[in-house]
Amino acid sequence: MTAKRTIRTIPQERTPMPTRPAWERVRTFEEVTTGFSAEDARREAERCIYCPQKPCTGGCPVGIDIPGFIEQISAGNEHGAFEVLSRSTLLPAVCGRVCPQESQCEAVCVVGDHLEPVAIGRLERYVGDLAIAEGWTAAAEPEPNGRRVAVVGAGPAGLACAADMARAGCDVTIFEALHRPGGVLSYGIPEFRLPRAVVAAEFAKVEALGVHVEVNSIIGRLFTVDQLRDEMGFDAVFVATGAGYPAFLGIPGEGLNDVLSANEFLTRCNLLRAADPASDTPLHIGRRVAVIGAGNTAMDAMRTSLRLGSEEVRCIYRRSRAECPARAEELEHAIEEGVVFNWLTSPVEILADEEGKVRAVRCVRMDLGEPDASGRRRAEPVPGSEHEIEADVVVVAIGTHANPILRQTSRLLTDARGYLVADADGRTSQAGVFAGGDIVTGAATVIQAMGAGRGAAAAMKAYLGLVEPEDRAVAEPGADAAFGVDVRQRPFRRIRAA
Amino acid sequence: MYEVVTREDFSPTTFLLEVRHPQLARAARPGQFVMVMSQADGERIPLTIADFSAERGTITLVIQAVGKTTLELQRAALVGTSLYALAGPMGNPSEITGGRTVVCVGGGLGVAPVYPIARAFRDAGSTVIGVVGFRNRDLIFWQDRFGSVCQELIICTDDGSAGMKGLVTDGLKSAMARYPVDEVVAIGPPVMMKFCAETTRASGIHTVVSVNPIMVDGTGMCGGCRVMVGGETRFCCVDGPDFDGHLVDFDDLIHRLARYRPEERAALEHWNAAEMGEAARA
Repeated sequence: MTAKRTIRTIPQERTPMPTRPAWERVRTFEEVTTGFSAEDARREAERCIYCPQKPCTGGCPVGIDIPGFIEQISAGNEHGAFEVLSRSTLLPAVCGRVCPQESQCEAVCVVGDHLEPVAIGRLERYVGDLAIAEGWTAAAEPEPNGRRVAVVGAGPAGLACAADMARAGCDVTIFEALHRPGGVLSYGIPEFRLPRAVVAAEFAKVEALGVHVEVNSIIGRLFTVDQLRDEMGFDAVFVATGAGYPAFLGIPGEGLNDVLSANEFLTRCNLLRAADPASDTPLHIGRRVAVIGAGNTAMDAMRTSLRLGSEEVRCIYRRSRAECPARAEELEHAIEEGVVFNWLTSPVEILADEEGKVRAVRCVRMDLGEPDASGRRRAEPVPGSEHEIEADVVVVAIGTHANPILRQTSRLLTDARGYLVADADGRTSQAGVFAGGDIVTGAATVIQAMGAGRGAAAAMKAYLGLVEPEDRAVAEPGADAAFGVDVRQRPFRRIRAA
Repeated sequence: MYEVVTREDFSPTTFLLEVRHPQLARAARPGQFVMVMSQADGERIPLTIADFSAERGTITLVIQAVGKTTLELQRAALVGTSLYALAGPMGNPSEITGGRTVVCVGGGLGVAPVYPIARAFRDAGSTVIGVVGFRNRDLIFWQDRFGSVCQELIICTDDGSAGMKGLVTDGLKSAMARYPVDEVVAIGPPVMMKFCAETTRASGIHTVVSVNPIMVDGTGMCGGCRVMVGGETRFCCVDGPDFDGHLVDFDDLIHRLARYRPEERAALEHWNAAEMGEAARA
């Protein structure tokens, strides 16, 4: 290792991410941020002080050895950095872009106590992009162990689990309901934030591990979970179907045409390329678009609307900017690009003209009171504050409920809200059936879903008798310590009985 | 994958495709539908399953060429070709019971999806009365196939060129007058289903309709297919497609079906122009 770094000796300023100017990017689906150069990456890597406690690794849902890969960048060994990343994540180019680093690894970075934290996500993306450009693969030739695993859903959780099981030597088949794999990476996150080529390249790495994907195959309808186990000979099943039953507000006028869920809007644009003249999928591009909600999905819908040519795009959110659940960068980019924010505003009715077309959203202003059960301050309507906001398209982005198909068609236990019941390692009420991602936790992030996929893979390996102690996905220092011995350090391996 | 093995053209606008998909043929139940894409840049469109055979390993679709995608299918989906995507069976199967007298009403193209439901009721031991309606005799299809599962098949045509002159509601009234009807299943254009539901409302006969709103994924993810049922928002794809006809807000359904009419018209004009250009070059 090079000379010891301290807060005083490292570059004080965080290396800025090269970003297209707002005026240029707002009319194109080209990616907003263009990524670190080698020089940027080397400089930013100099900012890690290799603190002994590594809180960043603990803050990562998949437990990436963050100082480890940064050290490799510092040493000029990008391929080595890729190898360190590949031990924990298969999708660094995706996660470097879409993870909420500011509330995970970067939130606990020791440098961040004094200066801006190390730009971990940007460094991860740098290595991931380089790996795609250079064609590096992490595919070790696994020795087949004869076990067959079915994964339901080709989104982040399913891909992560599939990759881990394939690397352990299992024969893995992913069943995907849509005609393209990727889940939210394909239908939800827009191109200007996550280019399609990046998703395709990362997906190719999963296929390179020997994972087979069956598209157009909806589990619960084409086959049941029981059939996968009993008739089709899969030894274990991982269910990661996503949440995806969009919530609506339940206010008058919501059934009007041109009121649509963010899922529908984004699916039409991303999965079905509605904006492309070659595509047959219709989309009505509004002149004035009002998006209700202020999470990442809302930001994606608003910024997509701007790029489609809508003249005025507004965010209507019942709480204030401080409570906005979107990733900080997405919110900043939306503001720069000209989205108008109506904070502390709640819709009460969607109004139509004589022809039945949407013309406005009637809203009330809100005041913040005491914190509620979620810890956020409760928003309460201000009497007499009703007003109208003009809009001809309204996009509802207030979250999702559990998709009911598995509840209707399997014996898996669900909770009162319809989500699948699974323990911390993804075990469901049925032996050999594991679950993770949004269908268990409700809507969360890509990396949390990947973490669930990797956690379930570890439990699945144990179930199949393939446990390797170092495959524990989440490193929680001290969590498994008994009698002063960390059980994860056990110097033995369980051998599967034949 | 998804190879067209049989094709039959009923009229200049309606045609039948029998498509090979053994797993889907085995899983399908009456009342369910599939999502179809004709090509990679195509739309995802929902089509109700008109028949399925686990033995043959096929499902059957009856399609009316009205928009760009269905016209493209009509031109391109010849025997030996394959569909780009075929996913399903989507939606909840129809509830089938035995020992009852059931009137199965099919209006126009709706005759196709109501047929497997009628057959299932017959197989379960119910008495089935069929009522089918067409504009004229030239458009009639599946008369023998449908008739073979019915105690009586009442054919209605707008111009009286076959069967009784009148609408399916007239045929339904005729059946209700002569049989102790326990249940009605009506599938067809929304306005037809609406009037069938109105016909049975006073008598309180349980009336099931299969709604067909605009859909994107068919898996519960987009909410584009929402319908108002008894004052509540329901998603056709995962909560339906069968709903109690006395509770469905058909005016809302009809309004929502017109959602992309300008875009659909533009797509059709564009396609027609491209086709003409191709024909001119040939």
